[in-house]
Amino acid sequence: MSAERIWQRFTPAERMARFVVFLVAGILLAWSFRTVEIIPEFLMDAPEQVADLFKRMWPVDYAYYERGVHAVLIETLHIATVGTIMTLGIAIPVGIMAASNVCRVPALNWLATFILVSSRSVNTLVWALLFVAVFGPGTLAGTVTIAVRSIGFVGKLFGEALEESAPGPIEALRAAGAPWISVFLKGYWPQVSPAFWGIALFRWDINVRESSVIGLVGAGGIGMALDEALNLFHWDRVALILVCIFAVVVIAEVFVTHIRKRII
Amino acid sequence: MSTATVARPAPFAVNWWARFGYLLAVLYCLYALSILDISWDRLLAGLDNGARFLGAMFPPEFKRWKLLIDNLLESLQIALISSLFGVLISLPVGLCASRNLMPDWLTWPARAFIAVCRSFHPVIFAILFVKAVGFGPLAGILTLIFASIGFVAKLFAEAIEEISLKPVEAARAAGAPFLSVLSFAVLPQVLNRFIGFSTYQVDSNLRNSTMIGIVGAGGIGGTLAAAFQRFDYSFVCAILLAIIALIMVSEYVAVRVKGVFQ
Repeated sequence: MSAERIWQRFTPAERMARFVVFLVAGILLAWSFRTVEIIPEFLMDAPEQVADLFKRMWPVDYAYYERGVHAVLIETLHIATVGTIMTLGIAIPVGIMAASNVCRVPALNWLATFILVSSRSVNTLVWALLFVAVFGPGTLAGTVTIAVRSIGFVGKLFGEALEESAPGPIEALRAAGAPWISVFLKGYWPQVSPAFWGIALFRWDINVRESSVIGLVGAGGIGMALDEALNLFHWDRVALILVCIFAVVVIAEVFVTHIRKRII
Repeated sequence: MSTATVARPAPFAVNWWARFGYLLAVLYCLYALSILDISWDRLLAGLDNGARFLGAMFPPEFKRWKLLIDNLLESLQIALISSLFGVLISLPVGLCASRNLMPDWLTWPARAFIAVCRSFHPVIFAILFVKAVGFGPLAGILTLIFASIGFVAKLFAEAIEEISLKPVEAARAAGAPFLSVLSFAVLPQVLNRFIGFSTYQVDSNLRNSTMIGIVGAGGIGGTLAAAFQRFDYSFVCAILLAIIALIMVSEYVAVRVKGVFQ
């Protein structure tokens, strides 16, 4: 005779852990709602303000495109592209240092991890503030911002791709007496290059988005035009700039998706 | 005995297309650098400037730690509240956008909405919401809700599109109503990934909530921008260290939470 058995998916410890996660999340949320400073009048007022916003944005000032937007839009694309290319130059060595199967010195692994983490932890806009303070306002600050911020992303993913590469070809090349650089170029690189170009394109796509806002803190590109239009309350120009950013971002994304399909 | 040698392609053939591509990239860089007015002199001058800047940043000044902590907590509140609403709204939006469960007339508007949310950087939303609801954390919360929808709803939709349709078919064949199909055939297949995306989004919202204050949407970014404008670089350094510490803690917590739900 068999006693009725109760099947349970999780052990008591697992259930306890889940419960604790939900409990802590609930407490944190309750604390946030109780203490966050929200002025209800502002929330009530919002629909009116939004209506006002759209009324001022319409009609969009398309005539301004030739005069004030085209040049900075192209500049934005240049910042994104040059920044991405600069990143690739730095991220390849850092990624190699981060991959523990390629670079067998733990100290260098740690150094690379530190570079990658610090590049990613600081937000693009904050990097832009820093580089505007260093280089002065302008495209140089923007390009360096994009390059420095992207190292973390590209280097991390490139290092992970290197770590996943198959050891067979590398062993064969080493056995044939190939020097280090040949092992890398003919053993690792062919295995990771599709991933690498995919990562680079993906980052370029993100960089187009980011380079369109870093101008708000003075780092060049269309963001500077946006900032000017906002400060002068030219909402019809703001609308035009937003439309332009939207168009460029969508085009960049479609472009990247198409190329990625081909190379992967 | 045939002695004819078979012409074999060189094992490491030169890829002229690739070389041509690299050449083009170099030429493009030279052209773009000239357009962007970036030169070696300016870079060197900047490095000089940067050294002075770093000198001014150290040692970091923690005397105003009370202000620092208050603002960090506000950033944390913005991130938590916006993540909650972002994920709650993303659930139906993502479901509507999944092409395997929903008809075309519903997926198109949902996908367009997600695309708009994704296309604009959070800072741009922040500017618009500061205009709509005034300075303060409310603008930040609304901003990050939209940013979350753009990311999480898209991933939700993709996760739902990848499920196996067999349980759905079985549930439908048994006559289950739509909500039961969702909760017994769809949700069990995607719940783990949903939790993964959501914890990632909390993390991402926390990063962004430290930044949107630069345009007046609450949190520590406002203090950071103000410190920059007053050239108070030692306080800037303290704020940056605090932000990095907060983000590292949150990454650690995210890894642990994911571990619990594995």
